[in-house]
Amino acid sequence: MEIGGVIAYLVSLAIMAGIFAVFALGLNIQWGYTGLFNIGIAGFFCIGAYTSALITTPMPTGLYAEYVRQIFGLNLPFILGILGAALVCGFIAYLIGYPTLRLREDYLAIATIGIAETFRLIFNNEHWLANGPRGLMGLPQPLQGLVEPRYYNYVYLLIVLAIMVVIYLSIERAIRSPWGRVLRAIREDEIASAMSGKDIFTFKMQSLIFGSMIMGVAGALYAHYTKAISPGVFTPLLGTFIIWVMLMAGGSGNNKGAILGAFVIWFIWTIGAKVLTDLLPYTLKARAPYIRFLIIGILLEIILIYRPQGLMGEEKRVSKMID
Amino acid sequence: VPELIVYGIVLGSIIALGAIGLTLVYGILRFANFAHGDLMTAGAYIAFFLVTVLFPWLDIPDTTFGSLSFGWRMALAFPIVMACVAMAAILFDRILYRPLRMKRSGPVILAMSALGASFIIRMIVLILWGADSLFYRPGVLRPAIELSLEIKIRPDQILILVTVLSLVALLYLFLKRTKMGKAMRATADNMELARVSGIDTERVIIWTWGIGGALAAAGGILYGIDVQLHPYMGWNFLLPLFAATILGGIGNMYGALVGALIMGIAQQVSTAYLLPTYKPAVAFIVMILILLVKPQGIFGRRRT
Repeated sequence: MEIGGVIAYLVSLAIMAGIFAVFALGLNIQWGYTGLFNIGIAGFFCIGAYTSALITTPMPTGLYAEYVRQIFGLNLPFILGILGAALVCGFIAYLIGYPTLRLREDYLAIATIGIAETFRLIFNNEHWLANGPRGLMGLPQPLQGLVEPRYYNYVYLLIVLAIMVVIYLSIERAIRSPWGRVLRAIREDEIASAMSGKDIFTFKMQSLIFGSMIMGVAGALYAHYTKAISPGVFTPLLGTFIIWVMLMAGGSGNNKGAILGAFVIWFIWTIGAKVLTDLLPYTLKARAPYIRFLIIGILLEIILIYRPQGLMGEEKRVSKMID
Repeated sequence: VPELIVYGIVLGSIIALGAIGLTLVYGILRFANFAHGDLMTAGAYIAFFLVTVLFPWLDIPDTTFGSLSFGWRMALAFPIVMACVAMAAILFDRILYRPLRMKRSGPVILAMSALGASFIIRMIVLILWGADSLFYRPGVLRPAIELSLEIKIRPDQILILVTVLSLVALLYLFLKRTKMGKAMRATADNMELARVSGIDTERVIIWTWGIGGALAAAGGILYGIDVQLHPYMGWNFLLPLFAATILGGIGNMYGALVGALIMGIAQQVSTAYLLPTYKPAVAFIVMILILLVKPQGIFGRRRT
């Protein structure tokens, strides 16, 4: 393979890793800082991607309308798609948080699994909504005319990385504020924080909504990168589980760790896939994806038992005031 | 609709086998075992291996019992698989959950470990058997018996109900009459107190996993007999299992039984109005309603 091909491959890897890093940052707010157990990331992934798709694509017309049905198509710019994805995900997070955040911590987990499955089923079965299992295609990409199409991935990488950095900085800022310290206090000891006069429910709700909005942004980024989405993408495996492994590997409670974990796991995941497929005997090649997930599953168990703090671990001091 | 209610009771009784195990584990170990549905999958597929590969090789006859869809092979496989999955559940506890318990990790970390375990089981099933649906006995469905009110029921389904009832009765006797059963109930009430009174709680935990695993295996096989085998069957069972457990009050075995029947009927009756693929979503909606109205469950005690 020539050098240009290698670089193009690395750029496409980095785009996906950057998108997953945004997911991991969103999850880090919920799990790393507040201790909220959201295992329905695939649901927010799905809602974010579809919302942005419906906002930015035009309503199909003519012959095309015979094949593609969608509830609406607003044909608005990319940035509004991202904002819409964040808002809708935040609203869904509120709806899930309302019945579950006052209860035992694992109820949220079960409810988020439920919402992820429910939305996947809805998008799969309701053809009028977003074209059913075939999904939506031809999503617009921002700044398309800027460079030659074959160099477009460089532009998109810059967009993804810029959004990732903005989100990283805003979370760092938020977590170093009094608000962020309350979240961490809730994670460490709910009763003690309640006794200090903090409204646990409201803080947890804010954290859940904030994190879910970031996941919505990541979902939209994914949709405009692949330009085509269908419900089959948003499975619990690729939509939820791998993001958890990324955060746990990088170090929950550490934003740099979340980004590092996303890049490390995604590079292992994709490059490992190629190596694994080459190594396997012919009869097992079709099963290679399952073997990959099996290895990722075992990796999570090893991290949980032997290195729960991940690669980087949590920053113990987040305030500049104390040293 | 009356027919759907009968099918709902059949489905509910299968859910009950999973939900009772789940609620026992939940009550005693106090974490959400997200791998419980996949223990059902594991049971169904191990039985598939025995019935279609090992037993034909051992020359065990393939004749069926009367009008049922299976015979000696399945009758023999059933207890063997229950034992296998019980062992597997105990093994998972030794390898994955016990180290975390020893480190005093929180219930959420244990739940995450269970989620990892569920993916591991599912991936092993996918690697060994692929992603297609399988049947214990391909071919025509057995004729159904006509009851009154235009209700048709297959002999298999009657046997499923009888099997579930006898397993639940056995478990009831075990919990009421044996020393280990009493120790389990005591541990579910208060683990510290049980330990102080000289109960070996680690042994109780082993028994809990064993019983939970065996019941889950039975549920998985019965679902395989009634419908089909699929690598994601356990994952699709997860929402109804948790809904039934929460509905009945966590840790309450009889509550889980009633909750499972309600979930089974709700899921089957919903197919009259919605696509059958929406069954997990129906379970989810019912669960959210319970959480809004009565989060401690219909028979649950209030917990702090």
